[in-house]
Amino acid sequence: MTDTAVQVRGASLSFGSRTLWSGLDLDLARGEFLAVLGPNGSGKSSLLKVLLGQLPLSAGSVAFPGVRHTRRAPGIGYIPQQGTTEEAPVVRGVDLVGLGLDGHRWGVGVRGRRVRDRRIAEAVEAVGAAPFAHQPITRLSGGERQRLRVAQALVGEPSVLLCDEPLLSLDVTHQRSVGELIDKRRRDAGTAVVFVTHEINPVLSYVDRVLYFNAGDFRIGAPDEVMNSATLTGLYNTPVEVVRIAGQLHVAGAQVALCEDEPHHVAERVS
Amino acid sequence: MENLFDIELTMRLLGLDFVQNALLAAALLGLVAGALGPLIVMRRMAFAVHGTAELAFTGAAAALLLGLVFEGMAVEYGAIAGAVVAALLLGILGGKSSERDSVIGVVLAFGLGVGVLLLWLYPGRAHTQLGLLIGQVVSIDRSNLAVYAVSTVAVLLVLALVYRPLLFASADPVVAAARGVPVAWLTPLFAVLVGIATALGVQTVGMLLVLALLVTPAAAACRVTSSPTRAMVLAIIFAEVAVLGGIVLSLAPGVPISAFVTAISFAIYLVCRLVEYLRGRVRVEHATL
Repeated sequence: MTDTAVQVRGASLSFGSRTLWSGLDLDLARGEFLAVLGPNGSGKSSLLKVLLGQLPLSAGSVAFPGVRHTRRAPGIGYIPQQGTTEEAPVVRGVDLVGLGLDGHRWGVGVRGRRVRDRRIAEAVEAVGAAPFAHQPITRLSGGERQRLRVAQALVGEPSVLLCDEPLLSLDVTHQRSVGELIDKRRRDAGTAVVFVTHEINPVLSYVDRVLYFNAGDFRIGAPDEVMNSATLTGLYNTPVEVVRIAGQLHVAGAQVALCEDEPHHVAERVS
Repeated sequence: MENLFDIELTMRLLGLDFVQNALLAAALLGLVAGALGPLIVMRRMAFAVHGTAELAFTGAAAALLLGLVFEGMAVEYGAIAGAVVAALLLGILGGKSSERDSVIGVVLAFGLGVGVLLLWLYPGRAHTQLGLLIGQVVSIDRSNLAVYAVSTVAVLLVLALVYRPLLFASADPVVAAARGVPVAWLTPLFAVLVGIATALGVQTVGMLLVLALLVTPAAAACRVTSSPTRAMVLAIIFAEVAVLGGIVLSLAPGVPISAFVTAISFAIYLVCRLVEYLRGRVRVEHATL
């Protein structure tokens, strides 16, 4: 086992003539927390799809050298963006979490029922979802669903955790608790985290590196290296001001869409 | 209808071979329908089931016609073939969920048209033709029963084998795909299972009323539970009550069983909705206290 969980080499992604990003090299260490930022359509979610193997790269390669990732035991956990998945009827929170544990395995899964139930209960308890985990998922609020999504991703004990806007539709308290849960997981188990978000402040204290996409270009580095006025001005090709107020980053500029509180990918949800 | 409560007549009919065959076939159908039902509801496939049933009818009509050439060609083979073709066709043409609805409409209309032509070509008794539309469970004999049993066992075995990934892909397709579940081929596989169940239904309750067993019991179950396992158990019970109850009640008055099967099925659904409503009221009262 090497210490590198994810290895991206010379990766580029294009749709037709439009290049989302190119020349991306990335070595993500075990336990590292990478925040992926950038405006809508800059290729943040596409990066996750590439890492999931659902979208082929136009050039370059992706490997998981330090991760055991097989069909029987997927080492990659995934928290989807809210609203892109339509919740089905006849499913409770515990069912969703249970599917995260062994839904990829064949058969009905009669054996090991007690261990399974215990692990599900622990995962549900850890995100504070016990009071509503036995209710139909369709009756839960966005925040309640999202906490169950975190439990669903963590119950499988992933080595790499891919999160697509996991803080969306959560209030500040729950944003903090979700961030804490993911941070705890990577500290305890060395899970590498790729955290796509448009709101970096709730997780700023956990972030090791920032990958910032914009208009076919990107910057990658420690938060201070990327999240400063000079770097972002270069990335956006227009004056951008980064201010730190009370430990929070605020990005201001004509073209900058970071730190807006509107939901992401609204158009996609409607269609 | 005046014989509806003639228990003596009903008991006498229940002793007959062909009635027992019918009950056995119906019990098998109820089992398959109830087992698949919650997944059909979860995957929003009610219309697809109807479309599949119409092509099962086309297949059965073709088999009826071919039966004149090949002596003893059983109609259920045609029905199964038609349903499987329909399932695959709908799976291939209706990939995007936004198009699925219209694709089903297109395919079923064409299939039904072909079926009508085939029936018109068939010189046999009109009764046999009508049987495909409204069911002719009493015509089931030992050899039909064998087909029923083999199909039921096959469907249930495959379902058991793929149950967890299928449930994952149905309830939560995005995460299922991310976790490596082969969503792309589970969809046509499930369509084929539904196709086989539908074909059995065409023989029993008829093409027009397959939904009463494949969808209504599961839809009722989903009203009173949100656990997938409990929904399946309830759906099987509801389907069995509807189909066996329907046959028994239809014996004395000699009415087509479909009328009773659908009526019982619908009554169960209404009761389940009522239970759901009453529970909801209790919850609201608790919340306001």
